[in-house]
Amino acid sequence: MATSVPEPPKIDSPQPSKPFPTMHGGGGTGGLTPGDGELRAVTDRSPEPARTGIWVALAAIAMSFAALTSALVVRQGSGDDWQRILIPRILYLNSAVLVLSSLTLEIARKKVASYIRLEGVTRSQAMQWVGATFALGLAFVAGQYVAWLQLRSEGLYLSTNPNSSFFYVLTAVHAIHVIGGLGGLLRVMYLLRAPVPILRKSTMDATSYYWHFMGMLWIYLLFIVWIKL
Amino acid sequence: MSEAAGHHGPPQGFLWKYVFSLDHKVIGLQYYGLALAAVFIGMVLSWLMRFHLVWPNAAIPGLQLLSKNGAPGGVITPEYYLSLLTMHGTLMVFFVLTNAPFAAFGNYFLPIQIGAEDMAFPRFNMMSFWTTFAAFVVLVAAFFVPDGPPISGWTAYAPLSAIGSDAGPGLGMGQNLWGISIALFCIGSLLGALNFIATTLDLRAKGMTLMRMPICTWAWFITSCIALLAFAVLLPACLLLILDRVAGTSFFIPAGLVVSDRLQSHSGGSPLLWQHLFWFFGHPEVYIAILPAMGIVSHVLINSMRKPLLSHRVVIASMLAIAFLSYMVWGHHMFLSGMNPFSGLVFSFPTLMITIPATILTLMWLGSLYGARLQITAASLFALGFISMFVSGGVSGFFLAQPSIDIYLHATYFVVGHFHLVMGVAAIFGIFAGTYFWMPKMTGHMMNETLGKIHFWLTFVGTYCIFMPFHYLGLAGNVRRYSTFVDDYMAPLMPVHKFITIAALCTGAAQLIFLYNLAYSRFWGPVAPENPWNATSLEWAIPSPPPWNNFGDTHPVVYHDPYQYSVEGAKEDFIMQNSPEQVKTPVRS
Repeated sequence: MATSVPEPPKIDSPQPSKPFPTMHGGGGTGGLTPGDGELRAVTDRSPEPARTGIWVALAAIAMSFAALTSALVVRQGSGDDWQRILIPRILYLNSAVLVLSSLTLEIARKKVASYIRLEGVTRSQAMQWVGATFALGLAFVAGQYVAWLQLRSEGLYLSTNPNSSFFYVLTAVHAIHVIGGLGGLLRVMYLLRAPVPILRKSTMDATSYYWHFMGMLWIYLLFIVWIKL
Repeated sequence: MSEAAGHHGPPQGFLWKYVFSLDHKVIGLQYYGLALAAVFIGMVLSWLMRFHLVWPNAAIPGLQLLSKNGAPGGVITPEYYLSLLTMHGTLMVFFVLTNAPFAAFGNYFLPIQIGAEDMAFPRFNMMSFWTTFAAFVVLVAAFFVPDGPPISGWTAYAPLSAIGSDAGPGLGMGQNLWGISIALFCIGSLLGALNFIATTLDLRAKGMTLMRMPICTWAWFITSCIALLAFAVLLPACLLLILDRVAGTSFFIPAGLVVSDRLQSHSGGSPLLWQHLFWFFGHPEVYIAILPAMGIVSHVLINSMRKPLLSHRVVIASMLAIAFLSYMVWGHHMFLSGMNPFSGLVFSFPTLMITIPATILTLMWLGSLYGARLQITAASLFALGFISMFVSGGVSGFFLAQPSIDIYLHATYFVVGHFHLVMGVAAIFGIFAGTYFWMPKMTGHMMNETLGKIHFWLTFVGTYCIFMPFHYLGLAGNVRRYSTFVDDYMAPLMPVHKFITIAALCTGAAQLIFLYNLAYSRFWGPVAPENPWNATSLEWAIPSPPPWNNFGDTHPVVYHDPYQYSVEGAKEDFIMQNSPEQVKTPVRS
């Protein structure tokens, strides 16, 4: 439960170190003396794994989309049924909305930080920018849905041809991830709502890295759609 | 996402303590239990298959109740044989070899060995188990749908797996369930891998530098890095497969395919694409199964030898090299797939290269054993057995890595013997070694050593009796996946098959000794002390079984390399990692 900032761990007080001659330059292996030099690699402060975790998660997501991209390239070469589709114009608008949401999120981060550090920003000001990001994200997902409706109206369904299949798969998988990001933003807003802010910096950071990554991923996907589909 | 380590309180009530527990130790035990259930079903399936191979017309009483069409009157049809084969492979590879050494032991011991209170994200950890459990239920449900489990093997090659019920029994609902199950399994494994990596990087105790982590911690960490990228590829592959099946897309199904006299309405898909995506996951998966076993075996052997391996750093570097190379060898499963022969050659080189770190590891174990006064325990016997299986199975890998030799041996029992020894049984021996070594810590009760040793010898001899003849069958041209050999050119090989079947039934029965030992010791075994093996790593510094927050209210500080055994000048012959005791000449490795 992320309801409180953890107390720093209690450390057994190290034994007074005897001056043994060290034969190697410290580091992890072989070190014996419990002096500061030997313990430097790990800090006393309880670390916040959200920051590491988000990069690990993004690596996995990047890998999934790399797999889908290579599938697309192989599939393009395997059959003679590759038929270019006309990209719905609304995708460009959606892209702009998503880029804009990254900007508002950056502003939100600054406002939230100022609010938590009591630097004259009120909670509702901070909340507004997170809310704006959330609304833009929602608009993006709605815009993607409109793009699908447009394709449908042109008679292009999931199974019509490989291009439409990949279009639906890539955009849908991306949209699901964006919806996950919206969940993260909701969580940020929930944590911000408490009378005493219990939102950690690492939560805010992790959510925003994820969100920016979704933006970059979308630009990449748009590029793939544009040159391949 | 912001749960910091172990910041959940003590569990309240049965449901939160044992079912939806956030405690990594309970989750580890849950994974172990799931693996036990899966290995039991998987083993029974292999018995059914072995029985059918040598007595194809004999009825197996009661089997018709499981599948009326698959086993009319209890006699297995060729199609149902393939269903059993698919389920055996899927259960064993995913739910046993991935779950037990990696998810079960890793969950239980990784946080303790690095001195953490819990995993980095306890909620994700719980979700990881329950997603995997759901995957298991969905897979086993395939037995109970009308046309039974799929017949496309654990690799689910397209287009057979992609077309639907036209292609044969089990390829309707059964194959759908398979796809959903594996997709769920991917999600569970991704959550698990995420947790392992963040935990290892962020939650180490003061003084626990990376190089001070025990070898098995390293193995779990490296394995989670492999799993993260491998399952991230299988998940979209499963998605595309499911879409081909239910949404009419053509990712994997080529045009003009006539199946069961019906022209399939798909066009332009690439069956090879599935194989590439699958094996890009599938080969790293082999190392997901074997690396944790290597770590466990090293950990156990070091304890029994009372000295560290020749080089801690080289062992870790070799495991990293294996992990890195594991992503470059997937094409060696596809030499005969119609892939460009030059690609085959390209994939052959890294396949041979990966034998170098594997050989270095083996030499590290054997070289360290030289001159060591090994304490013979059930755990150390199984660790030695692991090395034996790994070498025996690995040697046949040299042959299969050559595309020209593989042309002959592909899809024969030679391959079956190879991967069962090197990946299947070897990893199982690693699981047994870990079980005998760690069960006292996990349950608080010692297992019976004599029964353990009997179990070892029966299993060791038994598995060689089963899998060594596979190689000869393969060299003689005995193909895989056939359900009967009695009426064709393979009939002269039947005596070998009979021998294997009897060995399989006996070796399987020997596992009852293990089950008895496990169950008996759990309740009535002698109470385990804190450190029964005089071991050095942190899991032995806390009570057996550990309290919910592992180290109580204290936070351990680590002063030593992981394996300070036979230390000159120390009070005992070992120094625990968190002991502030100092000596003039620490054990360097």
